[in-house]
Amino acid sequence: MDFNYLTTIIFLPVAGAILIAFIPGLSQRAIKWLAALFTFVPLALSIYLFAIFDRSAGGIQFEEKLSWIPAINAHYHLGVDGLSLPLVILMTFLGFLVVLISWKIDLRLREYFAWLLLLETSILGVFCSLDLLLFFLFWEIEIIPMYFLISIWGTGRREYSAIKYVVYTLFGSAMMLAGILSLYFATGSLSMVEIAQGGLAMIQSVMPVAAIFLFLLIGFAVKLPVFPLHTWLPDAHTDAPTAVSVVLAGALLKMGGYGMIRLCVTIFPQVAQQYAPLLVAFAVVSVLYGAAVTLRQTDLKRLIAYSSISHMGYVLLGIFALGQVSLVGATLQMFSHGIITGLLFAMAGLVMHNAGERDLRKLGGLVRQMPIIAVVFSVAGLGALGLPLTSGFAAEFLVFVGSFSSTVVSGIQVYTILGVLGIVITAGYILWMLQRVFYGPVLEKFNVVKDADILERVYMFAFVAVIMLVGIYPAILTDVIKTGILPIMGLLGLGG
Amino acid sequence: MNLELLTPELTLAAVAIIVILLDLIVPRKGLLAVVSIAGVVAAAGFTIALWGGSSQAIFNNMLAVDNFALFFKLLFLAIAALVILASTDYVSKFARFQGEYYALVLLSALGMMLMAATTELISIYIALELTSISLYVLVGFLKDPKSTEASLKYLLLGAIASAVLLFGMALVFGFTGKTQLGEIAQAIQALSLTGVLASPGLILGMVLMIAGFGFKIAAIPFHMWVPDVYEGAPTPITAYLSVASKAAGFAIILRVFYSAFGLPQWLSLDWGMIFAVLAAIGMTLGNVIAIPQTNIKRMLGYSSIAQAGYLMVGLATVGIASATDIVGRSSLLFFLASYALTNLGAFIAIIAISNKLDSDLIKDYSGMGKRAPLLALALTLCLISLIGMPPAAGFMAKFYIFSGAVQHGLLWLVVIAVINSVISAYYYLRVVKVMWLGEPASEEKVPSSGALRLALSISCLGVLLLGIIPGYIMKLAEVAAKMFVF
Repeated sequence: MDFNYLTTIIFLPVAGAILIAFIPGLSQRAIKWLAALFTFVPLALSIYLFAIFDRSAGGIQFEEKLSWIPAINAHYHLGVDGLSLPLVILMTFLGFLVVLISWKIDLRLREYFAWLLLLETSILGVFCSLDLLLFFLFWEIEIIPMYFLISIWGTGRREYSAIKYVVYTLFGSAMMLAGILSLYFATGSLSMVEIAQGGLAMIQSVMPVAAIFLFLLIGFAVKLPVFPLHTWLPDAHTDAPTAVSVVLAGALLKMGGYGMIRLCVTIFPQVAQQYAPLLVAFAVVSVLYGAAVTLRQTDLKRLIAYSSISHMGYVLLGIFALGQVSLVGATLQMFSHGIITGLLFAMAGLVMHNAGERDLRKLGGLVRQMPIIAVVFSVAGLGALGLPLTSGFAAEFLVFVGSFSSTVVSGIQVYTILGVLGIVITAGYILWMLQRVFYGPVLEKFNVVKDADILERVYMFAFVAVIMLVGIYPAILTDVIKTGILPIMGLLGLGG
Repeated sequence: MNLELLTPELTLAAVAIIVILLDLIVPRKGLLAVVSIAGVVAAAGFTIALWGGSSQAIFNNMLAVDNFALFFKLLFLAIAALVILASTDYVSKFARFQGEYYALVLLSALGMMLMAATTELISIYIALELTSISLYVLVGFLKDPKSTEASLKYLLLGAIASAVLLFGMALVFGFTGKTQLGEIAQAIQALSLTGVLASPGLILGMVLMIAGFGFKIAAIPFHMWVPDVYEGAPTPITAYLSVASKAAGFAIILRVFYSAFGLPQWLSLDWGMIFAVLAAIGMTLGNVIAIPQTNIKRMLGYSSIAQAGYLMVGLATVGIASATDIVGRSSLLFFLASYALTNLGAFIAIIAISNKLDSDLIKDYSGMGKRAPLLALALTLCLISLIGMPPAAGFMAKFYIFSGAVQHGLLWLVVIAVINSVISAYYYLRVVKVMWLGEPASEEKVPSSGALRLALSISCLGVLLLGIIPGYIMKLAEVAAKMFVF
């Protein structure tokens, strides 16, 4: 019997959470080290999986399947393919680094790390589940830790933001549940693999297939988020503690994009083609609207939050351009945005923590006090605006090239060009933000502000290394992603 | 005469009498709870021994001993045991009538067990009254103005509901000439379509019976008693009412409507639609009115109205599905089991907290996460289960019951139901928020007795078990749903 890698990766964090929550008398130090240990091992294991992933065979690997609830034909079915493996690595990577980012937290430490680890388990579960019920179960578990993390350790209007997040997400998942139930009824199966292979031929009911597609799509669109379902995001991001913003932007939003590719596109290729023009239009609106609103933010975290809406618009564009290159690009963009925006939020958190100020109008001249933070923040910013040699460039380039040459949506060239305009605005707000935080006249009040300490330099370096690595040699990821996308192209009937 | 088939009921009746007599002679009243629980466990043992046997009808087809009835008997016994465990602290405050308290709990459990088993209108009525009268007394047990008012209100409205039910039964009897459910079904099937249409009294009888039973399960518009009675009654009895009485109501509805009115198909479609509409109204109103409540018992009262709405989604499925399709019935049974564990867990936590606080106001729960972390954690788990979120039982229950409904074309109802779950999250999470985010009014810890802790851990473990590995209980529910005597 093979070692159950995925089960181990998924459940180690929650095991750590239970230990942290229930072992009496743990010191603060012990809690942090436990959390670090129980997130580092999954990271190491997932990198090992990435190394031994069979790129020539492709398909779903490291599969585990057990009967779970026979009465409704549900299975405990895990597996990763080229689409989900990068996202698993993204989550385990961020999961370990956010423990380091949280090292200075001292309020209700035990609960904090317990919730953070539970959050990691649920997100990993979403990426690895191949059974619809299991997928939905992990999808829902994520809500409760997020609620507590934002409402207890957040800032500003944290309770309002937390409940807003919960209500939006629950609304989305309610729609998704209706979709999953319809799909289950229509096919009699909860297995994503079976349903995708059987295709629409399995759907025998009189229910319009498009209705199921839209139910699922709304659920994922809330998460991604797509304009006009995005309004929870700026609030949740702004008021969440730094580490949670990193996970939220870095990995949680990707659940939406992943779900769209895994369920909407794979199971309903024809319907996806039919609705693609509409969704591509929404994508462009998200890109431009998100970027335009970002331009006029004065709060550091809110600015980065809004930029996510714009960047997730590229993901939506890449997905529903339905080309092979564009889908690879969309997946790479999810990974790259996770790392880059994760770093942006981490840096914003450091600036706020060290300078005690987050209002862009009151910040300035910090490059003298915090040169290292300034450099790393700039690297992240340049990654966000898609400078070559960063992962952002590789991802966005693939999205644009793929979308431009896509044959599915007529007039996609116009949409793509409009989307590219988003890059220009992005450059505007990123550079403006960097300028307002780090340059300009040196301010008296920041004279004693400290730069990053050793621990902070360690995680900064990790982030920057990944950004550069993927930027310089994107094939390290795209080779894997391609194996996940090719079968979908087959389903779309566009050759593979 | 097969008296051994009746051993669980006989045991319970005997133990109830023994408890009353013991009360006269033993000075240590703690013993009463022990004897009661021992009786419940013995009765459960006899029930398990009967499980899996072939279905039988006894006493001239008045009582059925089938897996369906046995499933419910086990459920009621489990609920009764947990309620007795949770009551020990509460009851020790009474100077007198402790024996009567336990005896009445046991007698009402006996009534419910009979309700799940009867297949004849008159014995249904008797079983129902046995349950109700015991509960009327229990609700008024505190004898303070609120409790007395609750009891009187429950008694008056309950009497009206009984009268309506009896009238409905009389009409059905008048048109079919039978009181046994199976014979009623035959009489109805013998009538032609025009024959049934020409006798609107039969349909009226059916509707009146829905109204009478609707009172028991707290379906809107027969729910007016719920908030006041829930608030006024002793909290263990509120817990008991909210789960056992509701489950008994669903058991009897399921048996009567499925057995007597299950065929012809158009008739069952009719009552299926009635329940679908009642479900939609019930969950929406229950959830919306629960939002502004400030008293946690009242809030859970309205929440139980909403939960009855979700359960009626299952009834609607039973009505619309063909008679051989068991998914509606088995998902209803599973939902009842998970709802019972969840709601009991929530109420037990509330009992422990209100023992200390002497208050049921939500704002007084402020900072409970610091004062009693484990109690607060348990209550949080139960509230999450009531929302229907994993990893708690409520999620699986909703998934199962809704998947049955979608299979039979009730997608519209399921969409209403899932949106309602979102609404309900708002007020359930408000309690969670107060407990974990609020500042504690005092630093004093909240103590809880061993019995309460035991009861709470049993229900919470059950909630997790049904939420994570529900396969076994679902299997039981399926077996129970299959074996049906009428």
